[in-house]
Amino acid sequence: MLATARSQIRVLARDPILLALIAIIFAAILLFVVYPLIMVFIASLQDRGQWTLANYALIGERRLYRNALWNSLSVGALVGLIGVLIGYVAAFVLTRLNVPGKRLLHYLMIVPIISPPFVSAVSIVFLFGNNGLVTRQLLGLQDFSIYGFHGVVWSQIFTFAPIAYLSLRGVLASISPTLEDAALNIGASRWQVFWKVTFPLSLPGVASAFLVVFIESMADFGNPLVLAGAAFPMLAPQAYLEITGSFNLARGAMLSVILLLPSITAFTIQRYWIAKRQYVTVTGKPTASTSKVVSTPVKALLYASVLLFALIVLMFYAVIFIGAFTKVWGFDYTLTLDHFFYVFNVGLDTVKDTLIIALITTPVSGIFGMLVAFLVVRRVFPGRSALEFGSILSFAVPGTVVGIGYVLAFNQPPLLLTGTLTILVLCFVFRYVPVGIQSGIAVLRQIDPAIEEAAQNLGASALTTFRKVTLPLIAPAFFSALVYAFVRAMTAISAAIFLVSANWNLMTVQILNQVGSGRLGVAAAFSVVVIALVLVAVIIINAIVTRMTRHMTMVKF
Amino acid sequence: MAEAVQIRNLVKRFDSPDSPGQSVFAVRNASLEVAPGELVTLLGPSGCGKTTLLRMIAGFEEPTSGDILFGDRRMNDVAPNRRDAAMVFQSYAIFPHLSVYENVVFGLRLKKMPADEIQKRAERVMAITGLTHMANRSPNQLSGGQQQRVALARAIIMEPRVLLFDEPLSNLDAKLRDQMRVEIRELQQRLGITTLYVTHDQIEAMSISDRIVVMNGGVIEQIGTPREIYARPATRFVAEFIGKANFLKAIVLDGETIDVGGVKVRYVNQRQPGEQLTLVLRPEAIALSPDAGDFRATVKRAMFLGNIAEYLLEIEGVGEWLVDSPNPGESGLFQPGTRIYASPSKAALHAVE
Repeated sequence: MLATARSQIRVLARDPILLALIAIIFAAILLFVVYPLIMVFIASLQDRGQWTLANYALIGERRLYRNALWNSLSVGALVGLIGVLIGYVAAFVLTRLNVPGKRLLHYLMIVPIISPPFVSAVSIVFLFGNNGLVTRQLLGLQDFSIYGFHGVVWSQIFTFAPIAYLSLRGVLASISPTLEDAALNIGASRWQVFWKVTFPLSLPGVASAFLVVFIESMADFGNPLVLAGAAFPMLAPQAYLEITGSFNLARGAMLSVILLLPSITAFTIQRYWIAKRQYVTVTGKPTASTSKVVSTPVKALLYASVLLFALIVLMFYAVIFIGAFTKVWGFDYTLTLDHFFYVFNVGLDTVKDTLIIALITTPVSGIFGMLVAFLVVRRVFPGRSALEFGSILSFAVPGTVVGIGYVLAFNQPPLLLTGTLTILVLCFVFRYVPVGIQSGIAVLRQIDPAIEEAAQNLGASALTTFRKVTLPLIAPAFFSALVYAFVRAMTAISAAIFLVSANWNLMTVQILNQVGSGRLGVAAAFSVVVIALVLVAVIIINAIVTRMTRHMTMVKF
Repeated sequence: MAEAVQIRNLVKRFDSPDSPGQSVFAVRNASLEVAPGELVTLLGPSGCGKTTLLRMIAGFEEPTSGDILFGDRRMNDVAPNRRDAAMVFQSYAIFPHLSVYENVVFGLRLKKMPADEIQKRAERVMAITGLTHMANRSPNQLSGGQQQRVALARAIIMEPRVLLFDEPLSNLDAKLRDQMRVEIRELQQRLGITTLYVTHDQIEAMSISDRIVVMNGGVIEQIGTPREIYARPATRFVAEFIGKANFLKAIVLDGETIDVGGVKVRYVNQRQPGEQLTLVLRPEAIALSPDAGDFRATVKRAMFLGNIAEYLLEIEGVGEWLVDSPNPGESGLFQPGTRIYASPSKAALHAVE
C-alpha cells in the first residue's frame, strides 16, 4: 500500500503543478467541507468551554426539541412517499405512454427545481393563508389555518416531487419496454406485468428517489419557516431560531447534528447500497415501444393526475406573478408596480449582491467541479476515493448545518470571513460543486483516455491537457454544472441565511424577511425577479453550449 | 535526429485485481536495443505485455524497475509530455473538437513555434499524408483511414526522436490495412525516425519491420529480423505464432543424424547421442511424391487454395503434418486416402527449446 502510494506520488512529482493542485484541492475540501462539520460537532458537545452531553440530553427533556425531531422525520417520510408516488406516475406517463403535450408537461414538472425553494410556500400563503384568496375570499373560512403539518407537507410535495420525477424518469427510461412485451407475450395480465416486471425492476430507483426526497425535505428551510408556524417546530428552522433568536450556538449546533444524522444515513444507503442495485435493461439501441401495460381508462386517469399536478404548479407561478403586481393581497386587488419599485429601489443592493455572488460562484464551481472530476477519473493518486467522497459529502449535509459550521469555523482570525463576500462564495462553491463533479465524472468515463494521452504525448502538461482537450470535450457537463451552480446560488437560503450581512445580502433572504413582515407583494416581486434572472441565465448558457458543441457530434454524450 | 532506444531489464508489476496482495507481471525483465532509424515491432498475442512496454516507453506507465534510455539519456523520470516520443494510438485519439489542421498542428502550437514555421511544416506533412484537401474538416467527417492519417500526421509533424505505434491499423478494413502498412513503412524510411510498432498481426510485423520482438506472457521470446524469426524460431511459441509449424520429436543418433519416428534424417548437430529434440518443420518445406521419399504418409484432408494446396497428412509412426504444396493446379490434388511419400527439406529443420 505504502509503496504504491509512494510510486504514485513519484509519478505526480514529474508534474509539480498537478501535484500542487491536488494538494490545494485536498486542503480546500478539508478546510471548507470537513472542518466546519467538525466545528459543529465540537460546539454541540460543549457548554461554556466544558465538554458535555447536556445539549443532547435536552432532546429527551424538552418537548420542543423532541417534537421538532419527530415533526421533521414524519414530514420527510410522508413527503418522500407522496413525492415518489407523484414522481413515479409522472415519469411513467411521460416516458412510457403515448399522450399529447409530453414535452410541455416535462418542463412544467421540472420548473420547481429551478425556482426559489419557497415559491410554493408563498403561493400557498396567498391562496390558503389567513387572508388567502381561496380560504377567506372564496370560501369565507374564519378559523382555517394552513400553518403547521399540512401546509409544510403540501408545499414540500410541490417543491420536491419534481426531483423524484427526474430521477425516476431516468430509471423508467432504462427499463426496456420489450421486457413488458415479453411478459405479455407469455400470458401475463397487465396487472401482473406491472407488479411482477416493471415495478420490481424500478424498485431500487424508487427507494433511491424516496431517500433523495427525504434528504431534501429534512434539509428544507424555506417552506417550514414560512408555513410551519410556532406550534409546529421543525429541526432546521429551530436550529436557526436557537442561534439568531436566543444566541445559543451550542443548542443550534446540537439540533443540526441531530438533523445531519438521518440525512447522512439516508445518503449512505442511497449511494453505497441502492445505487449498486439498479437494473439497466436497455443496452445499445433504444426500442421504440410504448407501454401496453395500462388499459385506456387507467391511462386517462394517470394522465389526468399528471395534468392536475402541472396545472397546480402553473397556478402557483401565476399566483406569485399576479401577487407581485397586486396592491395588497386579500384586501385591495388593484394592479400596481409599487412592489417592483421597492425591489429596484430599496432592494437594489440586494439584487446586485445576489447577482455578483452568483456570477462569481458559477464559473468557480463549474471549473472546480470539472477539475476534480478530471483528477478523480484520469489521475492516480493516494486518497483519490477519499477526495471524491469528501467533495460530494456536502450534498448530504443540510444547508443549516453548513451555515452553522461556517459561522463557527470562520468567525475569528486568521480565518475571519463572516460578513464577507468570500464566505458566501466559498459556501456556495463547496455546497453545489458535487453535482458538477458527478456529471463531469459520468461524461469523462465515456471519453477515450487516449485522447488526453495524445495531448500529453504531443507535449501538453496536465493543466494544458485539461484546458485544451478535456474541458472542451466535457462542455455539456461543464455547462450543466454552470447552470446548476447559478440556479442554486440565486435560490439558496438554508446555509446562506447564516452568512448574509448588511454588506452582502441575498434576494432569497429578502423574500423570507418580507414574508415574515407580512409584505407578501414585495416577496412575490423579488421571487419574480429571481425567476426571471434564472431563466435568462439558463437561456444564455444553453445558447453558448449549443454554439460550443456544434461540431462535436463524434463524441456522443 | 534519429535516436537509439534502449530498454534495460524493464519490469512492470501490477497488483492483481482478483487477489489483493498478489501481483501480476505485465512485463518481465525485458531488454532491447533499437538502433537509430530502425523500425522494430513488438509482436505477440493480446495480453503479452507489448502495449504495456510501449506505454512505458511513452511514459504513460511507470516501470516497476529497469531503465528506459533515448540516446544516452535515462527517461524513467521524464514526464510523458517531455519525452519527444510521438505516438499513434490504436483508437487514433483525434481531438474531436478540433479541425484536421488544428489536430495536426496541436503539438507545434504548444511548443510556441512561430506561425509561419508551423504553416510550412503542416503543409509538408499534410501533403505527405494526403490530407491537404481536408484541412478544415471536422474529424467526424473523416473515414477511418483518413482519421488514421490525421493521427499519423499529428505525430510525425513533431519530428520526434522516437515514433510509437500502438496497433495503428487494427480498426481498418483489410484492404486499407495493406495500403496503410506500405505507406507507414515508406514514410518511416524516408524520415528515418526510430520507430517502435506494436501489433498482434504477424503479417503486418513481417512486412514492415527491420526487426521483430516476439513477446509472450510478459517475456521477450525472441528478437530478430523477420527472416530469422521465421526460419530459426527460438521457441516453440515463436514457431507457432509466426506462420504454421509442424513439430517433430527426434532422438540424436550422432553428430549428423537423428531419428524421427524410426526414420533416419540427416541433421548436423553438436549434441550428445540419445538426447531428445523438438524440431520445427514449416509446411512449405516438405516435398510430396506419389512413389518415393523419406516418410510414408496417408492423405487425411486436401484443400485447394489457389496458389497452394494445403494437406493434412498422417505420417506413419510420427503423427500429423500440415503440408503446403505449391502450384497444385499443374499436377492435380492427392485425394484423401491416397498413400504417398513426404520428404522434409533438410535445411529447413530447426531445433527449438
